[in-house]
Amino acid sequence: MGVEIRVEGLTKSFGRQVIWQDVSLTVPAGEISVLLGPSGTGKSVFLKSLVGLLKPDRGHIWIGDRDLPRLSESKLYETRKLFGVLFQDGALFGSMNLFDNVAFPLREHTRKRESEIKRIVLDKMEMVGLLGAEHKLPGEISGGMRKRAGLARALVLDPEILLVDEPDSGLDPVRTAFLNQVFLDLNAQIGATFLIVTHDINTARTLPDNIGLLYQRHLAMFGPREMLLSSEEPVVRQFLNASKVGPIGMSEEKDESELEAEARSGQDPGRLPPIPPQQMPSDGLIRAGMHAPGAWCAAHGVTPPPGSFVDEQGRDWVEEWPRYVASMTEAAGMAGSVPSRPGRTDPSRRRYDAGAES
Amino acid sequence: MSGRVGDGVVNVMIREPGRFFALCLDTGRAMFRWPFQWREFVQQAWFIVSVTVVPTMLVAIPFGGILSLQVGGLIRQLGAQSYTGATAVVAIVREASPLVTSLLVAGAAGAAICADIGSRKIREEIDAMEVLGIDPLHRLVVPRVLACAFVALFLNGLVSVVGLMGGYFFNVMLQDGTPGAYLASFNAIAQLPDLLQAEFKAFVFGVTAGLVASYKGLNARGGPKGVGDAVNQTVVITFMLLFLENFLISALYFQLVPSKGM
Repeated sequence: MGVEIRVEGLTKSFGRQVIWQDVSLTVPAGEISVLLGPSGTGKSVFLKSLVGLLKPDRGHIWIGDRDLPRLSESKLYETRKLFGVLFQDGALFGSMNLFDNVAFPLREHTRKRESEIKRIVLDKMEMVGLLGAEHKLPGEISGGMRKRAGLARALVLDPEILLVDEPDSGLDPVRTAFLNQVFLDLNAQIGATFLIVTHDINTARTLPDNIGLLYQRHLAMFGPREMLLSSEEPVVRQFLNASKVGPIGMSEEKDESELEAEARSGQDPGRLPPIPPQQMPSDGLIRAGMHAPGAWCAAHGVTPPPGSFVDEQGRDWVEEWPRYVASMTEAAGMAGSVPSRPGRTDPSRRRYDAGAES
Repeated sequence: MSGRVGDGVVNVMIREPGRFFALCLDTGRAMFRWPFQWREFVQQAWFIVSVTVVPTMLVAIPFGGILSLQVGGLIRQLGAQSYTGATAVVAIVREASPLVTSLLVAGAAGAAICADIGSRKIREEIDAMEVLGIDPLHRLVVPRVLACAFVALFLNGLVSVVGLMGGYFFNVMLQDGTPGAYLASFNAIAQLPDLLQAEFKAFVFGVTAGLVASYKGLNARGGPKGVGDAVNQTVVITFMLLFLENFLISALYFQLVPSKGM
């Protein structure tokens, strides 16, 4: 089961430039969360702060009962073993081939035999579709392959928390879709807490359980996917709908004259698009962290935009969900393995108030 | 504007040296942490040898030659031609050899180490290493600093030998000196502490070059240009530090070790 990350009043600046201030949020254990924000809002800095690579000016990052910025160096290295991090460009060691890169954490931190290491490494490389490329050097492969190899390395110690920095940058849409599916399947398998920084709206709309948005040096909003996708907050609405109409401009913030001109010309951000159904793991099983479709909206008296939760086959997942849960539970029961996944909980008993207000 | 200048001064005078000393202390601590990275040490020592040994010899030969020509000429004018061997020892073993070593260690080894660590830094390899629970100081910096110091010891010996041979050749072949006088005066003036202090200097130079290169490499930022800048700064800062250290050690040596009488 993954570990919860609790961030309280986090502030970071470089010299006189404040990157973000007073950021507080709780990334729920075992769930997939996505962090969005216009370019240059310090999303990667936030990710690096979470793993202790950058020291925040103020605030706390609680991983269990350990406050990361205040840990001694040895404890920090110990705590980092909970994390798997996928950097923007994969951050592979240039002098090692892909196999050695992926095997590196196992050789450093475990006493496994080489045959076992080989089995684990090849298993992870197959998972990210890189089987056959083990002996290539990072300089000989494409950016997308480097990223996937970086993911295999991040996964090799079965981390409790996986931080992913822009998995889709430099990757074609098909590979992005596959990679998203890998994240979902992994979350279902190992129950790790995922925090993914991305610009890909499609990923943000369909993949996560929670979404956060950094804007203008603050966390504009963080909460369940449905909360943000049904939000009328102009920044959230503009960003999640990739619209030009709204407060975000080319240089992060539009000035008043631009906004007035926009209002005068009657430009309208339009109606909220329907909330798409959430992507499922490839085996169709229900993840522990998954929220039932429409449950947050129902619990908070929010009417989702028309056509929400309807898939390409026209199935309305709000109606379909109880039947689906029942059929999956029954199938798992027949197989004699209920519940088989780490930390798996009954999705109908999920609480939707937690984290929504943070 | 004045605020910016003030920031710059504080940065250069206090912050950067402070961070550098912090790195030196952390590296010193990491040096005694088990297990020592033998493999990396051997690889780095071999790498440093490969980038320094040929240039060192090529610099040492004309260096020995020019010293013999210049000092030998002066000594001849003073009528003490039979002491050119002695002056070559003093000049080459005590000073020229550590200086040539320092030039090569800073210019070739330091630059290569900084470029290597700097490019790892901007490719986020260093961050990845830290996230994987591995201390880059222990893994990368300690073996490089020790390899630099280890190779500098041998380079210093090499420069001394090659420089003296160059001096001998120029003195005997071109300045009509006699081999017997060269070697006899050599033995009259030279003493073991001359070589020991030169080796000590070389060791200190190696450690300094390794530390400065690692510090600059680990703090490289701003893409490939940032690595280029870091390499440039490494070479300049190391040269300045090594010449300063050379002066200090020489001054101390003259105070502590009396010159041999004749």
